[in-house]
Amino acid sequence: MYRYDEFDAKFVAERVAQFRGQVQRRLSGELNEDQFKPLRLMNGLYLQLHAYMLRIAVPYGTLSARQLRMLAHIARKYDRGYGHFTTRQNIQFNWPKLVDVPDILADLASVEMHAIQTSGNCIRNVTADHFAGAAADEIEDPRPIAEIIRQWSSLHPEFVFLPRKFKIAVSGSAHDRAALKFHDMAVEIVKNAIGEVGYRVLVGGGMGRTPYIGYVVGEFVAKQDILAFLESVMRVYNQSGRRDNIYKARIKILANALGPEEMKNQVMREFTEIRARGTLQVPDEELARIDAYFAPPEFEELPDDMPAGDKDFQNWIKTNVHKHRAPGYAIATISLKPIGGVPGDASDAQMDALADLMDTFAITEIRVSHEQNLVLPHVRKRDLPAIFARLSELGLATPNAGLITDIIACPGLDYCDLANARSIPIAQDIAKRFADLDRQHDIGELKIKISGCINACGHHHAGHIGILGVDKKGVEYYQLQLGGSGAEDASIGDIMGPGFGEHEIGPAVERVVKAYLMLRQDGERFLDTYRRVGMEPFKNMAYLDQLYAAH
Amino acid sequence: MAQVLPQMLTANRLVDGDVLYWRNGDWVLALAEGEVFADPKAADAALAAAQKSVMTNKVVNPYLFDVKTDAKGIHPAKEREIIRAAGPTVRDDLGKQSVGLGDKPAPRVKAERVVKTKDEDVSI
Repeated sequence: MYRYDEFDAKFVAERVAQFRGQVQRRLSGELNEDQFKPLRLMNGLYLQLHAYMLRIAVPYGTLSARQLRMLAHIARKYDRGYGHFTTRQNIQFNWPKLVDVPDILADLASVEMHAIQTSGNCIRNVTADHFAGAAADEIEDPRPIAEIIRQWSSLHPEFVFLPRKFKIAVSGSAHDRAALKFHDMAVEIVKNAIGEVGYRVLVGGGMGRTPYIGYVVGEFVAKQDILAFLESVMRVYNQSGRRDNIYKARIKILANALGPEEMKNQVMREFTEIRARGTLQVPDEELARIDAYFAPPEFEELPDDMPAGDKDFQNWIKTNVHKHRAPGYAIATISLKPIGGVPGDASDAQMDALADLMDTFAITEIRVSHEQNLVLPHVRKRDLPAIFARLSELGLATPNAGLITDIIACPGLDYCDLANARSIPIAQDIAKRFADLDRQHDIGELKIKISGCINACGHHHAGHIGILGVDKKGVEYYQLQLGGSGAEDASIGDIMGPGFGEHEIGPAVERVVKAYLMLRQDGERFLDTYRRVGMEPFKNMAYLDQLYAAH
Repeated sequence: MAQVLPQMLTANRLVDGDVLYWRNGDWVLALAEGEVFADPKAADAALAAAQKSVMTNKVVNPYLFDVKTDAKGIHPAKEREIIRAAGPTVRDDLGKQSVGLGDKPAPRVKAERVVKTKDEDVSI
């Protein structure tokens, strides 16, 4: 894992001291709310529906056991005994007191964590493939470049007043587990025709009110040039991104207005200028230094057989255990989606127990996935039965990764000040309807994603089935979208039609799934069937009751 | 002509963000104890008076919201304020409902079965 150097430690400590002073000045009245709000947001502190909310950065989704224990401690000491893992691989606490936040940040700094760049119009916390460094299909671990991007972008003077927030994702595999094409900018590690490793750079993806799929702006960028190239994109955005309209300020709007060719031309002009000056070249020794932090553990030579176990264990293996790059090892997804639970929530006791489990089985790091689950990246296969048994005791062994009950849901109107409708109860209702595991396996891969407003924190545009909560005269309704994907075959879901009431959306989803089961051909996932047959049969089925009622 | 509903005044407490309701020139923690303004002019006057609490750093973001009243009590007109007055609907051990300061939000505002919705209906 990356460890803070002297500069990092000093910088974070100074930010804690600075924010402590700012809080004191706010409480004493020296600062008013208009003056204080941008300062608290720069430190991840929002004011939500019921209380303040602190969003803590988990860079590229990687945590040590020590850091996980600290999050448990914060949940217990300063909050209400739980945290919420988000679709940006961060964690949020929903009930901190303003007066406690400086102490929370100091506690975080003691384990090399912070809440910087989790809000505001800056380059946000960089996200990465949650199987990074472990996936069998990976070219290279994407986290070293994510860390380099983090260091380059933190407090970069050109990027402290961007037109709007800016989200970057990185991946090292052809199979996209990081939703690259829905990010403002994405870096994909690729090999060229002669086997050299470099970066493909995409820009202009995004969700929200106006969703776009990102396009390639740099087909193959050499390793040493990556920061120069990314800075070139940022300069084009900073110069031409709209600042007159918050809804048109993201780079996706500029990228769509310019089109790929003009965007490439403008980026290449900046890139040529930066290169001519010889700045922003990443030295090989610096790349090697950062790489070393992310060196995988020394893998033992172990038999590659999967251990035997009972049916419950086998069901968990089937969906929650994934192929690892090293024989004898596996990647294990810890589902934070118990049937009827709150997607992404974990209690302080669960976080502490997971940290203990990591120590017991010599697992040095744990990942937060953008699908709101946790991942143990390097697990000896022979340890899987014992780990499964322990996770079962903790209520963390739900065997549903990638299935219909593994639902992404934003906090929605239960917590969020921006939300128009609740997301969590809809996720809970749908999960209960499909709780039967045999039925889930029969349905196969089906990603449901729910957002409580058009900001799309629940990634509804990228759901095979997406659900968007809307407000109609103070009452919650839910639009269905079908056919979205956040993977390498990225697509934006199509809106089905009129919205459903709170008690109708669950049955409507059941009817859509029923239509799929009737229409599918051999080997087709829900998404494949939808792409083959289109919206009409699903729409007819979803509105079936209403059609009968109308006649 | 749209019906003019009574209003209440709310804000968040600066020190911890807790939801507060206006009553006779001060703030209380429970919606049920808050003041209901049948007269819009009285509501606007309370909002103006509440600026003093902002200036003295007691609260942030005061605003008015619509309510309905009946024999059972005060009912916010919109889902958002129902939830804000009680706590998350998915955890009754959290928020005001967990300490006897707000009722668990049920029955809820009832939705029609299916309605026409457009993106323009959505406001941030």
